[in-house]
Amino acid sequence: MRILIIEDDRETSQFLQKALKESGHAADLAHDGEDGLVLARDGGYDLLIVDRMMPRLDGLSVVKALRDDGIRTPVLFLSALGAVDDRVKGLKAGGDDYLTKPYAFTELLARAEALVRRVEPQETQTRYQVGDLILDRLSHRVTRGGEHIPLQPREYRLLEYMMRNAGQVVTRTMLLENVWDYHFDPQTNVIDVHVSRLRGKIDKGFERPLLHTVRGAGYMMRDGVV
Amino acid sequence: MALSDPIAQAATGSPRSAGAVAASPRSTSRLLATSAFRVTALVVAAFVVMAGTVVGTLFWRTNAILTRQALEMISQEARGFEAIARAGDIGMLAQSVTERSRTAAVGSALLILVDAGQQKLAGNLARWPDALGPGKPGGTFRYPYALPADEQSTQRVAAGLVIPVGNGARLLVARDIEEQRALIDGVRSMFLWGFGILGLTALAGGLLASRLMLGRVAAITETGATIMSGDLSRRIPLSGSDDEFDHLSGSLNVMLDRIEQLMNGMREVSDNIAHDLKTPLNRLRNRAEAALRDHGDRSSVARALERVIEDADDLIKTFDALLLIARLEASATAASLEPFDLSLLVRDIAELYEPVADQAGHRVALKVPARICVRANRQLIGQAIANLLDNALKYGASAGSIVGVDVLLELIAGPGGVRLSVSDCGGGISSIDRARVMKRFVRLDQSRSRPGTGLGLSLVAAVAKLHGGKVSLEDNRPGLRVEFALPSSAMVSEATAPPIAEP
Repeated sequence: MRILIIEDDRETSQFLQKALKESGHAADLAHDGEDGLVLARDGGYDLLIVDRMMPRLDGLSVVKALRDDGIRTPVLFLSALGAVDDRVKGLKAGGDDYLTKPYAFTELLARAEALVRRVEPQETQTRYQVGDLILDRLSHRVTRGGEHIPLQPREYRLLEYMMRNAGQVVTRTMLLENVWDYHFDPQTNVIDVHVSRLRGKIDKGFERPLLHTVRGAGYMMRDGVV
Repeated sequence: MALSDPIAQAATGSPRSAGAVAASPRSTSRLLATSAFRVTALVVAAFVVMAGTVVGTLFWRTNAILTRQALEMISQEARGFEAIARAGDIGMLAQSVTERSRTAAVGSALLILVDAGQQKLAGNLARWPDALGPGKPGGTFRYPYALPADEQSTQRVAAGLVIPVGNGARLLVARDIEEQRALIDGVRSMFLWGFGILGLTALAGGLLASRLMLGRVAAITETGATIMSGDLSRRIPLSGSDDEFDHLSGSLNVMLDRIEQLMNGMREVSDNIAHDLKTPLNRLRNRAEAALRDHGDRSSVARALERVIEDADDLIKTFDALLLIARLEASATAASLEPFDLSLLVRDIAELYEPVADQAGHRVALKVPARICVRANRQLIGQAIANLLDNALKYGASAGSIVGVDVLLELIAGPGGVRLSVSDCGGGISSIDRARVMKRFVRLDQSRSRPGTGLGLSLVAAVAKLHGGKVSLEDNRPGLRVEFALPSSAMVSEATAPPIAEP
């Protein structure tokens, strides 16, 4: 996918550009808000990565201007401002996700991919399938190889989120934010325990594991080896 | 010198810029500039003006009465001679003037009768006074006064009336008023002296009083200057007289105690931050250095790098928590409050931790009534509950307790507000340590080896404070009971709180 990075710190933006290229994405750079706005308006990007604090035009204003023009390109905010209210402000201005510096690149990549996929028409699907695991969104039934797997409501939502993002890395914070709606640090790796519980229900006793752990990043639903 | 500290200069009182010669004028001008002296001077001036008005009026009235009395006596005397003069015989008038001159007491009747040519015809005055020229109806004049035994004469003051007696002859009927004049003069000088002495005494008193006060104020100023130069342990000396200055000094000392306490707290916090951030930073650095030395083995380098990233992540966590606490403590009001179902949030978080507890063999029990709604910051309250539950599971739960419950989450709503208590039955915290554990980075010895930033409870306390609530620790016998209280003002009726939208 084509990504525009609007970030005034050159080292950070070049590191991001290189890392995104290595992950198979094309990335352009803009070093201040005004340049970023011009590029974003006519660039045809799949995703904008926007820093909050920049010279000439700050990130919030850039995104507001874009949204006013009716440009719906997904926006991932990067910011050193991490308090709860800053995040709310970013999302209100039209951002789609908010990541606080410092961050792990794997986290940024996973979120970027999730954002781009969100605009694809997958949202309207009534059935997710990974291998022989099927999740029916209408009946809320989960089956594997035709066999019904009973799940708790939270386990169902966890699985639903992971299957919607099948083939992509989902991080622990993404799960905490999207499945639980918590934007804070739960101290302990509570998510790991939830995921391993879910894994026990959907993978145990089957030859091919579908829920994989991606070292140093998070998890992935996939039929096959990661 | 222009940059020298004016307060320190005033406090030490040394006229550094003026030199030794100026010492006295300078201190005098300082004395004159004190408010105490100014007030004294003003009062003295007002008193002198008022007393002067009263005494002046009195003086003027007395003078007028005495003068009128003298004039009355003179005109009485004059009327007698007028009657004789009207009879027309100037010889008889001269005779009665001579008669009266002889019998009258000294000074009570001063008489002289002159003809048209100013020649004396009769009387006890040697000659017609110059002050009473032709055409004058009367007035005061000086006359030579000689006691019979005394050769020398003195000039005394007299007042008199001129009576024309026909054919250009005139009679002067006068009376000695020297006594009265002397009395008036005496009274006047007495008053002037009196006022002078009174005013000077009052001013001197004012100066003395202000000098005394200035001394006390200077002590306070000096202490202030010492404190400003860095010695926070100094206190203002008390005179022991329990006066207003002692009261002022006392309350200033209490304020200084409080400031010193806060400063020490700040120092402690920054020391702690230095220690708790530098130690892991140093560890991280050591690891990176060791990996660099360990050339050749790619896999061990990769492992070391992974550990370095883990360390960095831990540091970031600590840093984030510190920043969050600082921001919460700095802001007076909680921004972005929203009504939400606290009961649901508590259940939700308990559910989030349930598998962790389960894995460790602990049981978490809930006593949470349905739909207790509050208006608060959901994320922050959630973080606080998570921290409390995490603490209880990490440090408080001992598997296999008698009642079968290791951690109890209880939510109670009453008229006084909402209370969430998290009770465990672990080792608890001694009463001495209870106040301490709320502070940043305080970790009790038994928990030092386990992971954690030492900021969990500080953050909980900051969240409570931001919402106008508080956190208290109690003995759960056995174990610890942490109570997180929100004031009743944070409660809302359940109608206003929408059910939390499930993502």
